[in-house]
Amino acid sequence: MTAVSIDSAPKTAARRRERWASGRTYISAALIFIWCLIPFYWMIVTAFRDVGYTFDSTPFFTHVTWDNFNTVFSESLGNHFGRNLLNSLFVAGVTTLVALLFGVFAAYALSRLEFRFKFLVLGFVLGASMFPGVALVTPLFQLFTNIGWYGTYQALIIPNISFVLPLTVYTLTSFFREMPWELEESARIDGCTQGQAFRKVIMPLAAPAVFTTAILAFIASWNEFLIASQLSNDQTKTVTVAIAYFAGAQAHQEPYTAVMAAGTVVTIPLVILVLIFQRKIVAGLTAGAVK
Amino acid sequence: MSTLAQPKRAPETPSPKTKKVQKEVGQDRAATSQGRWAFWLISPALVLLAVVIVYPVVNAIIMAFQKDQGLDPVTKVFVQGGPAGFDNFVHWLAQQCGSAACAPGTLGAQFWSAVGTTFFFTAVTVVLETVLGFWMAIIMARTFRGRSALRAAVLVPWAIPTAVTAKLWFFIFAFDGIANKLFGTAILWTGSEWPARWAIIISDVWKTTPFMALLILAGLQIIPAEVYEAAKVDGASAWQRFTQITLPLVKPALMVAVLFRVLDALRMYDLPAIMTQGSNGTTTLSILVVDQIRQGFNSAAALSTITFLIIFLVAFIFVRFLGANAVASATPKTTKGQDK
Repeated sequence: MTAVSIDSAPKTAARRRERWASGRTYISAALIFIWCLIPFYWMIVTAFRDVGYTFDSTPFFTHVTWDNFNTVFSESLGNHFGRNLLNSLFVAGVTTLVALLFGVFAAYALSRLEFRFKFLVLGFVLGASMFPGVALVTPLFQLFTNIGWYGTYQALIIPNISFVLPLTVYTLTSFFREMPWELEESARIDGCTQGQAFRKVIMPLAAPAVFTTAILAFIASWNEFLIASQLSNDQTKTVTVAIAYFAGAQAHQEPYTAVMAAGTVVTIPLVILVLIFQRKIVAGLTAGAVK
Repeated sequence: MSTLAQPKRAPETPSPKTKKVQKEVGQDRAATSQGRWAFWLISPALVLLAVVIVYPVVNAIIMAFQKDQGLDPVTKVFVQGGPAGFDNFVHWLAQQCGSAACAPGTLGAQFWSAVGTTFFFTAVTVVLETVLGFWMAIIMARTFRGRSALRAAVLVPWAIPTAVTAKLWFFIFAFDGIANKLFGTAILWTGSEWPARWAIIISDVWKTTPFMALLILAGLQIIPAEVYEAAKVDGASAWQRFTQITLPLVKPALMVAVLFRVLDALRMYDLPAIMTQGSNGTTTLSILVVDQIRQGFNSAAALSTITFLIIFLVAFIFVRFLGANAVASATPKTTKGQDK
């Protein structure tokens, strides 16, 4: 009896310390959780709140209405949000496709082949991705005005490629570096032709990497504001620009609830995408940073 | 800008000349064919990048040495354009409009204050994001129930477009908004100098700390658990383990994350442009360039070239400083470990 109690005394102390440590972890985790999600939650609550209760501080859904979403899409108020959405979708979609098309080959070479100036190329790509957008906007503004491209889709897609393509090359290179390429050789030895090996072994292996990179590229392009705000007109305006300069029902009055509704429309698809592919996106974001 | 990895990896790869000497003829041919392949695979991407980046930049530099058409602010004489020499650069750096100092309130008088604001925002946000991000990463690296839910939650601010983030915090910081109600204050957040700056800083920290945390987390996860176990057995305290093991081992990943954030913060535009339109001492360099575009391309081109050079210089100093530091911190630590 006595022996047991002497033995268990430090054990309970250790257990208590452990429980305290895990309790602290949960408290910290809860704090991070709240800090990250509360503003987002507040946007959704406001998006569904009657405009007369804009500044109501009740922390849950009250005075719920769809009116704000109607305002967002109301052509009579001069909001062409549907069109803005399509513009963003088109610009981000084409940018992503072009960046992938060019990026996949470059990334394959950078990750798989030995050649001179490899680090120079990687350095150029990395430097390009850190390039300030304003340094492009000024000359492009004049150039596009001169050749009549101001307010066209290519005027938005071309500058977007300048930061999406480096991102694509960089992320894909890190992904490709980790892929088990020996399998291609094994498939060849087992009697596959080069084409078969590519289709049946490499493609399924590379598809998740390419897909993840596509998501990152799309989000980067979708969220772009500076270039779009300077080089788009009413016809090609993207959602981020539309939200920044939203027109409400009353002039000179910030249409908070409608803007929050617009923000919700733009953000919800991204958040769903991010939650589904959480693991892959984290891998893509951090690829290359630790090596 | 050179790669971060370059100083570390360069010595490992022998220069092509020695390679040729060492390798046999067949291998040499294989290497040449790989090189040729690489050339054809990479050139399209590089050419495209050159078209979308190098061409505009060269264009901007040429523009920067041209005069803007318009009335001279001092002499009120119409200026036709033509070569300007360094006038546009002097205009910004010395804040000179014509032969006199730029009048207060004009764009020309704001260059140095914009530089100050940009660097202030960069320093404060990056420090806050590094500290907070480190804390978040340490929590996310622990094993507990709901860890993946936390990692997903952290991605939400990252995924929200900055323009939406700006509007969201603009609403939170409205005079009748939730921030004032929550803290029982009556601050004109976006309408006065320091509150406006803090509103922008808080929004930026909310939006980008997750990215920082994930990069640091990736760095934490490559530290083997045995190292901590061994330190524990040796009687190292939690603080010692943090400063002696975690910090030095996570440093390379941390430095890359900090560099990314610094370069990103130096071109900050969206948040101040939407929340305050650059008023109340929140005009960053990017905002100043955009404001200038409609008042004269060539002058704006000079300013954007200056901005680009400033960012390039910071990146250069950082990579240099980072490379030196990584070597310095790695060498003595390992010898100390061997002594024990």
